[in-house]
Formats: sequence, structure tokens, C-alpha cells
Amino acid sequence: MSLPKPLMRGLLGKRLRFHLPIAFTLSVVAAIAFKYTVTEPRKKAYADFYKHYDAVKEFNSMREAGVFESVRPTGE
Amino acid sequence: MLRLPSVRLGGLVVRRASAALSSPVRMASHGNVSLSHSEVSQTVDMSQPMYWDRVDTPLPDRRYKDILTDSEKSLKQKEKGPWAQLSKEEKIALYRMSFLQTFPEMKQRSDEWKTVMGGIFIFLGFTGLLVWWQRIHVYPQRPHTFDPEWQEKQLQRMLDMRISPVEGISSKWDYEKGQWK
Repeated sequence: MSLPKPLMRGLLGKRLRFHLPIAFTLSVVAAIAFKYTVTEPRKKAYADFYKHYDAVKEFNSMREAGVFESVRPTGE
Repeated sequence: MLRLPSVRLGGLVVRRASAALSSPVRMASHGNVSLSHSEVSQTVDMSQPMYWDRVDTPLPDRRYKDILTDSEKSLKQKEKGPWAQLSKEEKIALYRMSFLQTFPEMKQRSDEWKTVMGGIFIFLGFTGLLVWWQRIHVYPQRPHTFDPEWQEKQLQRMLDMRISPVEGISSKWDYEKGQWK
């Protein structure tokens, strides 16, 4: 009938000492993972798109497709 | 046990009525009765100290048995002395004077979850019937912009306008070959 006395103090401190380092590490890992899986590929995609981008050629293609109201396709 | 398959056909109204009528009876057999035997009627006088069996608030406002017999009173007197002199049966009797259920009894699992899940599915099914009726009798006509021909023209216009050319839809279209990449 005599059990050992249970822990009465320092319960929050013990929990924090265990969980805070894990929380910080996981947050940093999540941020790094996001950077290298999302932002870096996106920056590269934009850089590659604009490396050989000819604005006048794109404009003329769009004009021929008939999407503008200010300029009609060359035929009309 | 109360078995209710969630069948969404006619005859559901009959089943639902029987479930509503029988569920109060079933609830009483689930074993989570917490009325003390000193309360005769259903109404509880909340201005008096109450008794309860709860795992999260384990010490109620009053002892379970407020009216003690003489033998119980003499046991309570003996409790004021050294506890090592109490026998095991006396300690258990003292506990049962103060509490109706022990922790294991309180934590006993019941079949209430089956009733709960059954009720949830019944109401989900009924809601489905309502939504179905609504779709037939309330919703206006489907807009013509959902037609496949219109959707094709819409997609072609998006590609012509070079919508999302870097990472989105126009980046997946090959403009030279006129097909998806």
C-alpha cells in the first residue's frame, strides 16, 4: 500500500526542457526545407523564363490570337 | 446492441423514429449514471453542495453518503485515530461512504460511442436527402459557362493571353507544337 511519492514540482519546466529544443529544431528544418524545395526552384524558374524572353515576339503572338482591344490582328 | 446501418432509402423515417424512441432506454444501460441515491426526483438543488463522480475533478463538494448509520458513524470516529489500526475492509467501507464509484469503475468503457456514431450517420443521411431535394427544386439552372465547349474556348483564351507563363498553365503548353508539354 505504500507507493513512492510522485513528482510534485517542476513538471512544466521538465516538459519545456524536452519539447522546446525539438520545436525549435523542427521549425528551422521546416524553414530550410521550404527554402530549398519552393523558393529556390521558383527563383530559378523565373530567371530561366526571362533569360531568353522576347517581349515583342510574345506581344505579336498575343496580338494575332486576338486578345487585345487596342490593336487588332494584322489581317483586319 | 443498437445496430443502425446508414441506408439512404425509403423506410429510413421508420428506422429513425424507432431509434429516437429507443435511444433514451439504451442510454440508461450505458452505465454512466451519476445521480446519488439520496436524490429522489430528477431535479437537482444546485444551491446545495453536490456529489459527482468525475475523473478530472475527483473531489466533490460533499461525501456520497451524507446520512450515516450508527455503525458508519462509529467507523468515522475510528478514522480520526491512527489509520494503521483500520482493517482493509474498514478502509474500503470508509471509501465507499465518501465515494460512489472508484476510479476504475468511473473509467469503465461503455457502448455510448455506437449510439453517437449512429446518430451522426442518421443526421448526415437526412442532410443528404435535404441537399438532394434542394438541388432539384431550389438551385437555378447550371450556368452555360460550365459547358465543355465553353470551357475549351476559355482555356484557349487563357493560353492566348499567356496566363501564368512562368510556373502555371501557360508554362505547360508548348506554343510551337500546339500541344501540352
